[in-house]
Amino acid sequence: MSELSVNHLLGIKYLTKQDIELIFETADQFKEVINRPIKKVPSLRDITIANLFFENSTRTKLSFELAEKRLSADVINFSASQSSVKKGETLIDTVNNILSMKVDMVVMRHPNPGAGVFLSKHVNASIINAGDGAHEHPTQALLDSYSIREKLGSVKGKNVVIVGDILHSRVALSNIYALQLQGANVMVCGPKTLLPKYIKDLGVKVETNLKKALEWCDVANMLRVQNERMDISYFPSTREYTQQFGVNKELLDSLDKEIVIMHPGPINRGVEITSDVADSKQAIILNQVENGVAVRMAVIYLLASKIKQ
Amino acid sequence: MSQKVLLNSKEVNITLHRLACQLIENHDDFSETVLIGIQPRGKFLADRLAQMLTTDYKIKNIQLGYLDITFFRDDFRRGDKPLEANTTIIDFIVEDKNVVFIDDVLYTGRSIRSALTAIQSFGRPKNVELLTLIDRRFSRHLPIQPNYKGRQVDAIDNQKVKVKWVENEGEDAVYLIDK
Repeated sequence: MSELSVNHLLGIKYLTKQDIELIFETADQFKEVINRPIKKVPSLRDITIANLFFENSTRTKLSFELAEKRLSADVINFSASQSSVKKGETLIDTVNNILSMKVDMVVMRHPNPGAGVFLSKHVNASIINAGDGAHEHPTQALLDSYSIREKLGSVKGKNVVIVGDILHSRVALSNIYALQLQGANVMVCGPKTLLPKYIKDLGVKVETNLKKALEWCDVANMLRVQNERMDISYFPSTREYTQQFGVNKELLDSLDKEIVIMHPGPINRGVEITSDVADSKQAIILNQVENGVAVRMAVIYLLASKIKQ
Repeated sequence: MSQKVLLNSKEVNITLHRLACQLIENHDDFSETVLIGIQPRGKFLADRLAQMLTTDYKIKNIQLGYLDITFFRDDFRRGDKPLEANTTIIDFIVEDKNVVFIDDVLYTGRSIRSALTAIQSFGRPKNVELLTLIDRRFSRHLPIQPNYKGRQVDAIDNQKVKVKWVENEGEDAVYLIDK
């Protein structure tokens, strides 16, 4: 099957296992392209893509923009803080105004869950969800799985623990869906206050002791505490969070095997992860970023191929 | 669906030897030359020729690579056929080298046009030549011709030329198939 089963990338929950394999095989070729002297291919030179970021971003925004430019697409960037959204313009109006300028694809990050799904029903463009509130962040989960596949050969059968603020994390949910679709065993670990009440219904193991979780896993994906999404206090202090759920070199060295450390970024050094772990050879954090460009190129290319001339 | 044998195993072998000799005539010890198989089907021919040049003609250090042209095609989003990319492996310098593209069948010439654009991503070759096992003449959409050709074939649009290799399909042969 050489085509995606979807016309938008709104969440991992809408993808099949074959979709993920196709994205990874295509990303393999784009990873080679971005290591050439001339890192561009002309495939999307007649496509215009709008990046609509209603929330702050460093990695995702740059990564998408770079992926689009490497595919030779025309790119326009929209940042909510500098736009007429401040004057009260609605989401649909904002997007339709942009689409009137003949934009084919929209990459959107929005604070409201389901914003991408809502948009896909009201506008005539291909939508990629770059993060919708605490719901999904599909391209992050794809690049995370791709990085595990690169480091360990495959995702199937691997034990992956996601550590930290699961409650507010779109990265966690998308990763849970993606990893399970590929046959990995998934565990979530964090303070009880940051573990959703019915998380077990997703078929994941739950652990509140970090050492036990790390002893079980092959890969640990460390999440940042999402302070900006917290309306109340979920733990007594950052120091206490770090003592119980932060990973450090001593803890890693005490395990009887070498595990892979991941982090979607941005890192709060000294909170969920210490510098000596983040900069160690066990951490594949910067590989994740490099793979992010290749995976996003694959997603954009495959979705664009469904927009007929 | 009927098929006719254009080249049998023995004829393929003789043709490959002739093509190898023609390459040696022009490229001597291949120190300034790189061979590039166009994915997906040029790879087998390129492998076979490189093997022949090394084993039978004792040419040392043949530089062989594979180029996938999927992202440089001119029919992206125009057809119903989904496109699947293959691997590109070019782990040598192309700048200022003699490049020989190797493909099994030259038909419209669009694949080679794509390859000419794609190779620029790796550097500026000194010159580029084309070696093809089968040249379907009178079928060209672009002004592109082979420098080395195995056999010239007159085929109409509803016919397909299929090259089979022992490594892949269990035999070396070229068939003309009515679709």
